[in-house]
Amino acid sequence: MTDVPVPYRVVARRPETADTVTLRLEPLGAPLDDFAPGQFAMVHCFGRGEIPVSVSSVPATGGLAHTIRAVGAVSAGLCAARAGDVLGVRGPYGVGWELERARGRDVVVVAGGIGLAPLRPLILRALAEPAAYGRIDVLIGARSPAELISRREIERWPTAYTGVTVDRPDREWRGDVGLVTTLLDRAEFAPARTTAFVCGPEPMIRATARDLAFRGVPRDRIRVSLERNMRCATGHCGHCQLGPLLLCRAGPVVGWDEAERLLSVREL
Amino acid sequence: MPPSIALRVHHALPAEHRDRLLRVAREVSFPPGTRLFDEGGHADRFWIVRDGTAALDLHVPGRRAPVVETLGVGDLVGWSWLYEPFVWRLGAEAVTPVGAYEFDAVAVRLMCLDDAEFGRAVEHWVGRVLAHRLQAARTRLLDLYGPHNSGGAR
Repeated sequence: MTDVPVPYRVVARRPETADTVTLRLEPLGAPLDDFAPGQFAMVHCFGRGEIPVSVSSVPATGGLAHTIRAVGAVSAGLCAARAGDVLGVRGPYGVGWELERARGRDVVVVAGGIGLAPLRPLILRALAEPAAYGRIDVLIGARSPAELISRREIERWPTAYTGVTVDRPDREWRGDVGLVTTLLDRAEFAPARTTAFVCGPEPMIRATARDLAFRGVPRDRIRVSLERNMRCATGHCGHCQLGPLLLCRAGPVVGWDEAERLLSVREL
Repeated sequence: MPPSIALRVHHALPAEHRDRLLRVAREVSFPPGTRLFDEGGHADRFWIVRDGTAALDLHVPGRRAPVVETLGVGDLVGWSWLYEPFVWRLGAEAVTPVGAYEFDAVAVRLMCLDDAEFGRAVEHWVGRVLAHRLQAARTRLLDLYGPHNSGGAR
């Protein structure tokens, strides 16, 4: 790991939705250490600044991919990057999903909106080794069909069950409409021997984790990815503090047994 | 038990009331595209989905009725039959082939009047379904997946 940005070149840019793109990056020189699914990098847009972005792909062939939504000056600058542009990247940072702890168990992945991006490498890794896990269920909630990332890829995933629900269907949408938690009834996992991975907006994480815990998934087996204002990513600045945790180091992925109490406090 | 499961008729009603209710059910099936009911119509029936998916929609003049929610296996379709003026507040359509238990609303309301315990149990069940759907609708009002909810504006 290095705390100094390393130059990476954009080798491919794939628009995901109207405001979200996936950038494939290759190092110009020595690569950073390998990223684990769930870990994040600080990605630097020269002249604008840097933001934390989880990896959305960690190809065995090397390089990285980040899926970025344009919500501010830096992210818009990154989304505007073209093949050939150079960005600064430092990392890897934080605690990842730790998929290996789910070996021999059913796996339930619940993603909301762009929260699917950090979960994508975990899903691909689990699907690449189906004998190592029980059922693999993937449940996805999105605002609308047009805002669903990795849409064509999702259809090809050989899961036991992949469910997608949207809040605002368009005329062509023939799938589910409603909260992502309604899909849990269709995923026939065995709660006591399930590990769940949840990423999305915090109210959705809370609703999903509570539902999973109600069903009997052990709280420490519900892994959630929390988002806070990571600035330094090295545990020095304190911007990402959540109670006793500095999420850039102790997170972003934490167990629900630890996160539940912290997300229930009105002010921390 | 999570709310969605607790609301299923098999969990939500005590066994004796559930059995009584299911005794007056008819098994029906609807091909995709079948309208179960339309907004403003007389709510004279209701259903519990056995398999498939039904969509609830809302009439908007000048455009196709947008779907506001889909219901699946075990879900109650229709609650307006229990409350005056017994008029559907939404429309419903089979998205996929739907198999369902169909109930005659008048018969069930008479059973509720006839047996106060049964009536309380049915009203409690439907009330909880309504509360659950209200909570889900309010959560969706937050527009959770919108850009303003994608972390800090950086």
